[in-house]
Amino acid sequence: MNFRQADDTSSATALEIKGVSKAFGRFPALKNVSLQAKDKEFLALLGPSGSGKTTLLRVLAGLEKPDAGEVRFGDEDFLALPVRRRKVGMVFQHYALFRHMTVAQNIAFGLTVRKRSEKPSKSEIADRVNHLLQLVQLEGLDKRFPSQLSGGQRQRVALARALAIEPKMLLLDEPFGALDAQVRRELRRWLRELHDRAGVTTVFVTHDQEEALDLADRVAILKDGELVQLGAPNEVYEHPANPFVFDFLGQACRLRGVVEGARLRVADWESAAPTGAPQGAVEVFFRPDEVAFAPADGAGLAAEVKGVAQRGPDVRIDCLVEGAPMELVGHGPTLPPGVTPGLSVRIKPLRPQVYAAG
Amino acid sequence: MNPTLRLPGLAPLMLAATLAVLGVLIVLPLGVVFHQALAKGLGAYIEPLTHPDALHAIRLTLTVAAISVPLNAVFGVAAAWAIARFEFKGKSLLVTFIDLPFSMSPVVSGLVWVLLFGAQGWFGEWLRDHDIKIIFATSGLVLATVLVTLPFVARELIPLMQDQGADEEAAALTLGAGGWTTFRRVTLPNIKWALLYGVLLCNARAMGEFGAVSVVSGSVRGVTTTLPLHVEVLYNDYEFVGAFAAASILAGLGLVTLVLKTVLEWRHSGELSAGRRH
Repeated sequence: MNFRQADDTSSATALEIKGVSKAFGRFPALKNVSLQAKDKEFLALLGPSGSGKTTLLRVLAGLEKPDAGEVRFGDEDFLALPVRRRKVGMVFQHYALFRHMTVAQNIAFGLTVRKRSEKPSKSEIADRVNHLLQLVQLEGLDKRFPSQLSGGQRQRVALARALAIEPKMLLLDEPFGALDAQVRRELRRWLRELHDRAGVTTVFVTHDQEEALDLADRVAILKDGELVQLGAPNEVYEHPANPFVFDFLGQACRLRGVVEGARLRVADWESAAPTGAPQGAVEVFFRPDEVAFAPADGAGLAAEVKGVAQRGPDVRIDCLVEGAPMELVGHGPTLPPGVTPGLSVRIKPLRPQVYAAG
Repeated sequence: MNPTLRLPGLAPLMLAATLAVLGVLIVLPLGVVFHQALAKGLGAYIEPLTHPDALHAIRLTLTVAAISVPLNAVFGVAAAWAIARFEFKGKSLLVTFIDLPFSMSPVVSGLVWVLLFGAQGWFGEWLRDHDIKIIFATSGLVLATVLVTLPFVARELIPLMQDQGADEEAAALTLGAGGWTTFRRVTLPNIKWALLYGVLLCNARAMGEFGAVSVVSGSVRGVTTTLPLHVEVLYNDYEFVGAFAAASILAGLGLVTLVLKTVLEWRHSGELSAGRRH
């Protein structure tokens, strides 16, 4: 889990998105999206494919023009500025390195295209490139071409190229999407450190909930072009706003229940209803590993264990809960000895979430 | 690398058939051209080529190619850019129209200009009044050649640019480059080999085109005869050595094009159209 907490009061709003809508033909990609990012914040845009997260990022970069809404950065009207004047560093999923230029030429590109009066001297550019190569840990690869680098190296060059223009904001479009799991995790940690050192407001698009929860200060979850929840990683993980978010952020077990007053009843098990739970028929969601096991004559939901299988560090428990098949996850050392195939037990969801039955 | 499939007994047969067809249809005629051209010795071969009419034909062919190839290179890049980078209504129609000169007889490509600008054409009278000559003049030859060779560059670039995507250009823009800088420093270097390939094919066709130019040329010897027309004029006048000497230049041009094309495919296959990768 993540221990960083978003700091609400101390820093000023840097990026302000207000009522942004965008349609491609008849397909609405963004519907009235509003959100803010604070100065130096690391914001993740999380959603399944087609949720509009990449479109929103491209609107911020200036590569797409929204049909309605406002985008402000600091005191600038961003929508009035063309792409090249926004000074945002963008990193693409497939790197988008200039294939006919060397690593050094790629990184220097943003400096060499400046107007003569603003262009740094040759030696200044060389110094800056060297500094950035050091920062992304690619010293000595300056004369290579992109095709001679691994995926992880290419993405680090892309990041150095984006940082070279001293961007006001860093936009990352699924930057690790094309990399394998090991490299992904390494780069993720490293990116967070880099962000903390560089202190640039960063917007990061991903469809990987683990990545978003691990990296970001705050996570914005999008679905079908709409913002469904915005909050710190803990907040959205522990209090998903609706069944979609619950499902999207991890595995979900669901059952039907009833809320009466402050009590939640599922079959013959009763417990205190979570605060703010709707009254009447509800859907009860819980994570497959957030359950406590009890003997068959205790309190809880009646469950019949069908199979137990070790899966790496976890144990997968196939069972019938109140007659419905369900897959629970236990952690080897903490699993009670009574949980073996063929036995009946009782289970108690530890942190059930309750949503009005739809 | 594709795995090789061996069909016992059949492979040698197919190979022999292919070689026989190639030999009869390509190697033999090429040999005949050079044999006929040199039949009466080197002196007889050189002499008709230094005739003023022949020199004029060579000059005219080069002029027509020098005008129409750059025009089509510019058109090809613009069209490929528009088609590969933007979504607009009628895009598939435009792609189809670019291909039209490939599927249409070149005679038609010549005839449309006669219908428009000929003496009896739509603008014929107006042109005569203003003393502008298009048909039976160099400008007519250029128009016919441009139309016939229209698809070569665009067809080469469209699949490549679609394949490469717009991300590199988008990256250049976010890094502060303007439209023209992006085109010059990112787009053009990415397509340069495919562009060269298209220009090469376009040039070969422009210099060798017969049907379309013959309609607009009127074949006035020493005035509106390009090299291919010159060959025909000489041949019809029973000047065989001269005809084959001129033809040998065209054949030589074809061979040079072939070599250059092969070198491009061999050295830069990755940067040519996706479909041409080996």
